[in-house]
Amino acid sequence: MGMTMTQKILAAAAGLSEVKAGQLIEAKLDLVLGNDITSPVAIHEMDKFKTDEVFHKDKIALVMDHFVPNKDIKSAQHCKCVREFACKHDITNFFDVGEMGIEHALLPEKGLTVAGDVIIGADSHTCTYGALGAFSTGVGSTDMAAGMATGKAWFKVPSAIKFNLIGKPSKWVSGKDVILHIIGMIGVDGALYKSMEFVGEGIKNLSMDDRFTIANMAIEAGGKNGIFPVDELAENYMKGHSSRSYKIYEADEDAEYDQEYTIDLSTLKPTVAFPHLPENTKTVDEAGEVKIDQVVIGSCTNGRLDDLRIAAEVLKGKKVSKGIRCIVIPATQQIYLQAMEEGLLKIFIESGAIVSTPTCGPCLGGYMGILAEGERCISTTNRNFVGRMGHVESEIYLASPAVAAASAITGKISAPEE
Amino acid sequence: MKASGTVFKYGDNVDTDVIIPARYLNSSDPKELATHCMEDIDKEFVNQVKPGDLIVADKNFGCGSSREHAPIAIKAAGVSCVIAETFARIFYRNAINIGLPIIECPEAAKGIAQGDEVEVDFDSGVITNKTKGTTFQGQAFPEFMQKIIKSEGLINYINQKQ
Repeated sequence: MGMTMTQKILAAAAGLSEVKAGQLIEAKLDLVLGNDITSPVAIHEMDKFKTDEVFHKDKIALVMDHFVPNKDIKSAQHCKCVREFACKHDITNFFDVGEMGIEHALLPEKGLTVAGDVIIGADSHTCTYGALGAFSTGVGSTDMAAGMATGKAWFKVPSAIKFNLIGKPSKWVSGKDVILHIIGMIGVDGALYKSMEFVGEGIKNLSMDDRFTIANMAIEAGGKNGIFPVDELAENYMKGHSSRSYKIYEADEDAEYDQEYTIDLSTLKPTVAFPHLPENTKTVDEAGEVKIDQVVIGSCTNGRLDDLRIAAEVLKGKKVSKGIRCIVIPATQQIYLQAMEEGLLKIFIESGAIVSTPTCGPCLGGYMGILAEGERCISTTNRNFVGRMGHVESEIYLASPAVAAASAITGKISAPEE
Repeated sequence: MKASGTVFKYGDNVDTDVIIPARYLNSSDPKELATHCMEDIDKEFVNQVKPGDLIVADKNFGCGSSREHAPIAIKAAGVSCVIAETFARIFYRNAINIGLPIIECPEAAKGIAQGDEVEVDFDSGVITNKTKGTTFQGQAFPEFMQKIIKSEGLINYINQKQ
C-alpha cells in the first residue's frame, strides 16, 4: 500500500522503508523550536535529564515573540531564563529583540525550515512549515526538552485527509478564506490526529504567504500537520532564503486517505469565523450588521508581506472609522522593513492605524490590544475562543487582512468591495 | 492504581485558553497556575476542587495551544484523571508526558454528570460511576505510552532507557 507525503517523510526520518497509519515510530529531528512561554518550562525539564548537553546547537531555535518586548517582570524573567540557556549552550538560532519576529513567519524567512524536514515546536502553530513540504507539528514543553536533549521524538504515524484544490480564487479571496472555509466544513476536530494534505492544480494560484496561512491553521481543525507539495514557487522560496539542501517527497499514487474533498477556489467568498470557534464560519455577505471596536492585522497566520500589502491596498487614502482601534503588526523585522520601503506603514499610519513591533501580543490576550467586557474585535489571527483576547465577555471574529482592513474603515464587518 | 473523586463536567471543545488563560502564562509555577485553572469556563472550579476529583468532558478536550501549562495546572489543582470522548492531540501528548492520567471513553463522557462520584481503575481501564451504579470500559493505552506513564513522565522514561 502506498504512503502519503507525510508518511514518506516520517518513514525516512525513522530509518524505515515503510510506515503505516497508527504505527508508533521514533524519528530524527531537523529542528526543535520553542518560544518565551514554552521554553522556560522545557529548560526546567532539561534539568531532570542525566545529560546536560543539547543534541545540536544549530538545530534548536528559541524565539522570544509572545510577550516580547517584555510586557512585565515575570515575562522578563522568562526571557532571561531562555537567554541564559541559549548562551550556556551556544544556541545558534536564538532570536531576541532586534532579531526576533513571530516564530512561524521568522523561521522560513531565515531559511531554517525546508522541504523534507521533520520539525517539532513547542507552539501549536508549528504546522506552518508544511507550506514548504516539511513535516512539522506542535508539541508541549516536555517533548521540546526531550527533543533538545536527544534530537528525536516519538510519533504516531497519522492517517490523512486529502484536499484537492482546483480553480483560481477571486481578487479578495486569500489563503485565510480557504482555510476558514475548510474548518467551517470539517469542524474544529474534523482532522483530529490526522494530516491535512493539500494537492491539486489550484495550488499554483496560491502565493507562498497564502500557503503558510493555510498550513498554519491545520491545528484549528485538530490536524497533526498540514502539508503542500513542493512546486517551483516553493523551491524558489527555499533557494532565496536558505542555504540548506532540501528533499522533495511526493505522496504515492495509491496512498490511502480517510476522506477526500475537492474545493473549487473560484467559488469561495471572503469568510469570517464568528465567536467562539473557528468553525463558526459565514461568508462576509452573510455576516449581517456586526459592529466592532478593534481590528488586529498580524500574527503567525496573517502578518506577512502579502497580508500587509492587501490591507494597505484597502486602507490607502481612507480613514479608520472614528472610535475603532486598528492595530497592524508586521510579523518580522524583515517584513517591517520591507513594508516601510514599500510605503505600506505610511498608508497605515495616515489611515489612523497603529503599527507595532513584531509580537504575538494581542492574539493570545497577552498585551498590545486586550479587549474589555462586551467589546468586539475582527482579527486576522487564528483563534476566537472565549476570553482569548481579553475579557470572557468579549468577542473575536476571524477574517482575512482584506476583510479586517475593510471593517476598520466602516466600523462593522464588511467586504473589501464595500 | 485507582483514582476516586467528584466529577466536574464540561462540554465539547474545552480549549487551553479557558483551562489556563494566556494572561497567566507569564508564570510557569504549577501551584500558581493551579489557582487559575478553568477560570474562564468555571470560576468556582478552583474553590470547589478537592484532591482526587475528576474532570469529565465531551469531544476535543484541550484543543488550541500547545501550552503544557494546561495539563500542569489541572494536575497541580489536584485532579486525578481527565476522562473525555476525545482529546486534542497536543494536550493528549502533554498529559502523558507530564504524567497526568487521561482516558478516552465516549460512553463514560455521556454517562457521567456534574457532581457524580466516580472511580477509575488505571490497570483495567474500568470507570465506575458510583452515584449511578454504572461502569464503563476506557480505552487502554498502547504499551509504549503505558511505559511513559509508569515512569511518571517522558523525561524519566528516557533517563531509564539510557
